[in-house]
Amino acid sequence: MSQSLAPATAPAGPLVNASRFRAAHQADWEQLDTLLKRMEKRSVRALNDDEILALPLLYRSALSSLSVARETSLDRALTTYLEQLCTRAYFQLYGVPVSAARQLGDFFTSGWRAAVQALWRETLFCLFLTIIGTVAGYALVASDPSWFYSIIPDGMASGRDPTASAQTLKETIYQTPDQLGRGQSMLTTFAVYLFTHNSQVAIFAFALGFAFAIPSILLLLYNGLTLGAMLAVFFSKGLGTGFIGWLFIHGTTEFFAINLAGAAGISIGIAVAFPGREARMDSAVRAGRSAAVAMGGVVIMLLVAGLLEGIGRQIVQTDAVRYGIGSATLLGWLLYFYAPGFSRPKRRRAADALPATR
Amino acid sequence: MRFLRRAKKNRAPASLRRSFVTPEGVDLRLELSSAGARAAAFLIDVTIMVVTLIICSILVFMMGVAQAMGEVLIILWLIGSFLLRNGWFILFEMGSRGATPGKRLLGLRVVARDGARLTGGAVIARNALREIEIFLPLSFLASQTAQGMADAFLTLFGLGWSGIFLFFPLFNRDRLRAGDLIAGTWVVNDVRGGLGADLGAATSERPRRLFSEAALNLYGIYELQTLEDVLRKGNEETVIAVATAIRRKAGLPDDGDDHSFLTDYYAALCARLERGLLVGRRREDKHSVLGRR
Repeated sequence: MSQSLAPATAPAGPLVNASRFRAAHQADWEQLDTLLKRMEKRSVRALNDDEILALPLLYRSALSSLSVARETSLDRALTTYLEQLCTRAYFQLYGVPVSAARQLGDFFTSGWRAAVQALWRETLFCLFLTIIGTVAGYALVASDPSWFYSIIPDGMASGRDPTASAQTLKETIYQTPDQLGRGQSMLTTFAVYLFTHNSQVAIFAFALGFAFAIPSILLLLYNGLTLGAMLAVFFSKGLGTGFIGWLFIHGTTEFFAINLAGAAGISIGIAVAFPGREARMDSAVRAGRSAAVAMGGVVIMLLVAGLLEGIGRQIVQTDAVRYGIGSATLLGWLLYFYAPGFSRPKRRRAADALPATR
Repeated sequence: MRFLRRAKKNRAPASLRRSFVTPEGVDLRLELSSAGARAAAFLIDVTIMVVTLIICSILVFMMGVAQAMGEVLIILWLIGSFLLRNGWFILFEMGSRGATPGKRLLGLRVVARDGARLTGGAVIARNALREIEIFLPLSFLASQTAQGMADAFLTLFGLGWSGIFLFFPLFNRDRLRAGDLIAGTWVVNDVRGGLGADLGAATSERPRRLFSEAALNLYGIYELQTLEDVLRKGNEETVIAVATAIRRKAGLPDDGDDHSFLTDYYAALCARLERGLLVGRRREDKHSVLGRR
């Protein structure tokens, strides 16, 4: 062809593949786009039955459009648009979490139990750490009361140190009626404060497990040490039973929850450090997801503990009832978590988004 | 030295595109979001949280003067701030958009790395680890300033340790936070653009220019798509510069209408390269040899 000075002209029909391709399929893509927009705004419930039936077809036709466009068309705007459309459709169809109500239901009937059961070794280890810490704290303070001051910070002791008289100590665990009257008004606030504070500490302990579990282990040991030191002080004044009752009413739940949080953190640390036959990443992900479910449970347990500590302990002033409530809650947790045959963890159903959320 | 240089050359260019094959067998080529976008999204979220908290605190303080309601308000404030700190990220990311308001603004979303459904456990895990990534360094700084440079070595050690988690996303290829690592998630771009106009569409009002074989042989796919960008952006100066360059190379006279010249050249070049594609000749750029892959 000769190179003319004024360029010759060609008929104005569609020249490139993208034009013909757009003309044939653009309506389908736009329909998929409007359906996706509505699903993203609300949920799959925003669609009627016909649209639900059309959705997978439109999705697959968009996917095949994408494959064809990549191979035959050089219109980059078209392939980018189709990539974005297909990605959005994929995550609406396969990646959206099941509804919150259903997740909560699964959590209480099976997920929580399964997650806690999976942590049984770590939980026993944490219990062992707490006991070691307690025994050590007790032995140290019993042999030399000056240890008390290096274990427990001043603010936390608030007068309950080895020099305090039996009377002062007694007042901290039982309240007289007029003290009760004064304190009554803020009981719920106190309970809520305890709950939020303890939960924050528990989440922190869990997150620390990522650093190869060492900070979690130290935290648990220290927790035991303070308990042991306090026990030594009260036992030396003959108030041991009362103090244990004062702790027991909420402590069974609270210590259990803290041990579980530590166990959840340690399980991640172990999964990262010793992945066994799995790839390190896979092992970390499996441990992390399961431990996070257990952590959701820990927050609930700490809510119960906060209520028992903030309200129950102030209202109930007799040792026997305090022991009774503490044992009953402990028994309840143990049965719920470990009792066989209560409800087997179900296998997660591998369904796609549509039947699951409707 | 030579061995070092070779090692560097062989490495694939750092890209945030990741291959992701759907069950239907199509690669979606997900684009991971950059560390900068994620930091910006986080800052937006934190700003909203802090502003909400401050407004609520002022309200509680002002209404708390009436003592009867005081306790209820304090309880609500305690629970509210706890939920705000721990629930904000978790509840939003468990929704159908998989993104907090900050992420939504910047067009990001959290997805499971294996492409499966995002579970509650995964969302809780990735956000619980924010405690050591963000709040630990912050509270550490706060306590150090409160005590006034207690121990310089301890401060450095603490900042270094917490900095490991804070800057974790910069040290791995997939921009994973410690939380993403544990939860098996990553954050991808979730942009939703409209379909751009068809540049090769039929033009009814005027006939197209014809170009010689030699003029169309000048360029490959890379140049074609650069030209597409130029046309879509429509910057006047760039259009003139590009049209002049093409005319000079192809030896064509200036006919005064740069935009329609470029559109016609684009359509003709695109049609030609696409014909090549159909018979298996893919010309990547102007340097690749004609007629071969």
